[in-house]
Amino acid sequence: MSANAPSKKAKAPRTAMPEQDPKVRARNFEEVALGYTEEMALAEAARCLQCKKPACRKGCPVEIDIPGFIKQVAARDHDAAYAVLRATNSLPAVCGRVCPQETQCEGSCIVGKKGEPVAIGRLERFVADTYLAKSACETVTGGPACAMARDDLKVACIGSGPSSLTCAGYLAARGIPVTVFEALHEVGGVLVYGIPEFRLPKAVVRQEVEAMKALGVEFRPNWVGGKTITVPELLESGYDAVFIGVGAGLPRFLGIPGENLIGVFSANEYLTRVNLGRAYKFPATDTPTFPASHVVVFGGGNVAMDAARTAMRLGAEKVSLAYRRTEHEMPCRLEELHHAKEEGLEILCLNAPLEFIGDENGRLKQIVMQRMMLGEPDQSGRCAPVACQGDTCVLTAEMAIVAVGTGANPLISQTTPGLETYRRGYIVADDATGETSIRNVFAGGDIVTGAATVISAMGAGRRAAKAIAERLLGAAAADPPQAEPADDSADM
Amino acid sequence: MPSRILRKRRLIPGQTTELVIEAPHIAAKAKPGNFVILRVWEDGERIPLTIADADPEAGTITLVYLIMGKTTAHLDTLEAGDDIRDLCGPLGRPTEIHKLAGPVICVGGGTGIAAMHHIAKGHHLAGNHVVTIIGARCEELLLFRDELCSFCPEVLISTNDGSCGRQGFVTDLLVERLTEDKTVAEVVAIGPVPMMRAVAEATKPFGVKTTVSLNSIMVDGIGMCGACRVTVGGETRFACVDGPEFDGHLVDFAGLAARLTSFKEQERVSYEEFKKSHVCQCSK
Ligand SMILES: Cc1cc2nc3c(=O)[nH]c(=O)nc-3n(C[C@H](O)[C@H](O)[C@H](O)COP(=O)(O)OP(=O)(O)OC[C@H]3O[C@@H](n4cnc5c(N)ncnc54)[C@H](O)[C@@H]3O)c2cc1C
Ligand SMILES: Cc1cc2nc3c(=O)[nH]c(=O)nc-3n(C[C@H](O)[C@H](O)[C@H](O)COP(=O)(O)OP(=O)(O)OC[C@H]3O[C@@H](n4cnc5c(N)ncnc54)[C@H](O)[C@@H]3O)c2cc1C
Ligand code: SF4
Ligand code: SF4
Ligand code: FES
Repeated sequence: MSANAPSKKAKAPRTAMPEQDPKVRARNFEEVALGYTEEMALAEAARCLQCKKPACRKGCPVEIDIPGFIKQVAARDHDAAYAVLRATNSLPAVCGRVCPQETQCEGSCIVGKKGEPVAIGRLERFVADTYLAKSACETVTGGPACAMARDDLKVACIGSGPSSLTCAGYLAARGIPVTVFEALHEVGGVLVYGIPEFRLPKAVVRQEVEAMKALGVEFRPNWVGGKTITVPELLESGYDAVFIGVGAGLPRFLGIPGENLIGVFSANEYLTRVNLGRAYKFPATDTPTFPASHVVVFGGGNVAMDAARTAMRLGAEKVSLAYRRTEHEMPCRLEELHHAKEEGLEILCLNAPLEFIGDENGRLKQIVMQRMMLGEPDQSGRCAPVACQGDTCVLTAEMAIVAVGTGANPLISQTTPGLETYRRGYIVADDATGETSIRNVFAGGDIVTGAATVISAMGAGRRAAKAIAERLLGAAAADPPQAEPADDSADM
Repeated sequence: MPSRILRKRRLIPGQTTELVIEAPHIAAKAKPGNFVILRVWEDGERIPLTIADADPEAGTITLVYLIMGKTTAHLDTLEAGDDIRDLCGPLGRPTEIHKLAGPVICVGGGTGIAAMHHIAKGHHLAGNHVVTIIGARCEELLLFRDELCSFCPEVLISTNDGSCGRQGFVTDLLVERLTEDKTVAEVVAIGPVPMMRAVAEATKPFGVKTTVSLNSIMVDGIGMCGACRVTVGGETRFACVDGPEFDGHLVDFAGLAARLTSFKEQERVSYEEFKKSHVCQCSK
């Protein structure tokens, strides 16, 4: 290795990633974090100790060979670095941007014990972005051709979020034809309709999808599972296996008076209008939202943060985020909270809505808020918010965005007799294989676990794909020789 | 996979158009009461339109739309042979159709007559005695009259100006019919919100089951956004997956009417921009 002793390397500060100025970016939809230059990437790669037993790897849900790809970055072999990433992660450009690295890979990095961890996510993003439009087939399969070796087989994936995309990519790389059925007109799931442009440019997702098309995956947008085609019909029409990755998109509301007033949106509606419908370019595009000078967002997760930062960019004078507990309990990523505050977000902790009040035209004008305090810890281990009786106040707002969670959409389970679900509608699937109560029908991602993360959905898609490939091709053929590093047994 | 327009018919020039579209996968599944969501161009809005007819053998569906604003006007620039960029369906719960003990009265107003036509046909095929009541401002605006007459034993007509049938509103004819005939099993109403509301109010004293089809603003159409939510019997329901048909006696029509105005100002701007950039061909 290099002349630097490990202890010295670790002392070098973490290489900062350039960001747009908060004042400027709070009003545009361009990406907030600008990405590393090659120099920065080299400097950051040099901080990695190349651990023999890398702790970081255990922190990554798909166990990317992190020292392996960082070593290639240091050697400036971007193709090789990308190949390492793609061996276990089919969407590195996405994960490098949206993974909660602080609790995953970087949270486990040894360098982080005494200082700041190696910026694994930023390096991953750098590699994926640099790789750009090269032949995906070549890198993923290790061979130039990705001939449809097994055109006697076919697999259907319903939904096109990270779980389905991963499942499809894995199978296609092993020569199994895959058709992805997506209800919306665009492919990518939450990556295109939920997570905003300024955090994950749609072009990045599109590029990953193009790479899958190059592998031979067929995409059918505007096909609704359970409506246009049902799971039993797919099996009858000759699909050997079906993977259900429809996410958990059913929005929850607060169940308080006035919730159906104009101006009260679910975060899903608001974000879908802006991201999928590109309402931020209205009227050049057709899907509208409306301007509001004061917006109040309810919730404390990534979704609430995305909605709040989106409202800022659409010109709100003031955006407040109301949360029942305190900042400590907020489930969003720290980086998001930090970015949002820099951009001017007001945080109203220990506040819950009681009622929405409208004007004579049915448009929201005020919100009655209840002050809360923290009580005893509840089942989640977090302190339960308790109302401070009689302590209420009234906010003025033309828009309220409700981001208090989502549930399982019943379209698939209602139309698939014999498909077992939990009480709240999530699909029962085997932990190891993702197989459901119906043979050859698999499920994974948010529709099984409830709202989780991109990378955990991908892990589920990968596990299911592996089980499907083993069943269809036999265990040996499911794992092509070059897909995993030689010393690796811990495949996801 | 874009869907091709096979035939286009201007039912009321500059106002209402019928399209027959090649969409075998939708036609195979479409039932009365279902709708589709479509987009006209790359940055177009998703809008819902009822499936006015479906022919599974030919693999086609029929849509009838009223030109209301940007998207419907843009759609109207397409001709036979052109493709609709995105077409998704069939969505929504189909109408509950089974053999009824008495007649069913299907009431349609304006463009709603087209949507009602598919439901009336469904009831007819189920062996029910179908009475249709259609209304419009004047005779030229009455849609699907011949089609309805071809299978309905009774087609009652009202126009506001008296140019055809009874002068007045569909509710006048409905109340008369309900007063004369106590055996009516169900009333189905599709049309503008004020009309459906009036029908629901008119049938209430008779205690007749009344089904209305709600046209709330939609985005995804598969239950993921809540844009389409309506209050029915005091509960929030999603029109796209729980409906679009609901018990008219339980619907909060005032709330629905208000929510339909959510984006009025933006819709106006959008339509005006569009008119500036497109030469109007409506009256061609
Ligand atoms: C606003 C927002 C921000 C987030 N930010 C982060 C983040 O920063 N980091 C992170 O790790 N995670 C984040 N998440 C969570 C993450 O996006 C999800 O956990 C992940 O996308 C789940 O993937 P999935 O494959 O299960 O399904 P989804 O991504 O939910 O995709 C499901 C797809 O299935 C389609 N579908 C639904 N029903 C049907 C049907 N009947 N037929 C056909 N298609 C159907 C949907 O239209 C959708 O495209 C965020 C989520 C949201 C909403
Ligand atoms: C289930 C359902 C079935 C429908 N079937 C028909 C039909 O068969 N024929 C027909 O002519 N119309 C139908 N409509 C109404 C039709 O969707 C609207 O007229 C259309 O969206 C108007 O779009 P626009 O851009 O031309 O006009 P805009 O100027 O955008 O809107 C005009 C009015 O249409 C309504 N509207 C706007 N956007 C939407 C939207 N995304 N979804 C629903 N309503 C909207 C609003 O009330 C608005 O004020 C149906 C609506 C629903 C919900
Ligand atoms: S996939 Fe996510 S958790 Fe794994 S290394 Fe990349 S950023 Fe870290
Ligand atoms: S734990 Fe940190 S230092 Fe060790 S290999 Fe992983 S990234 Fe490098
Ligand atoms: S249109 Fe989105 S939930 Fe009904």
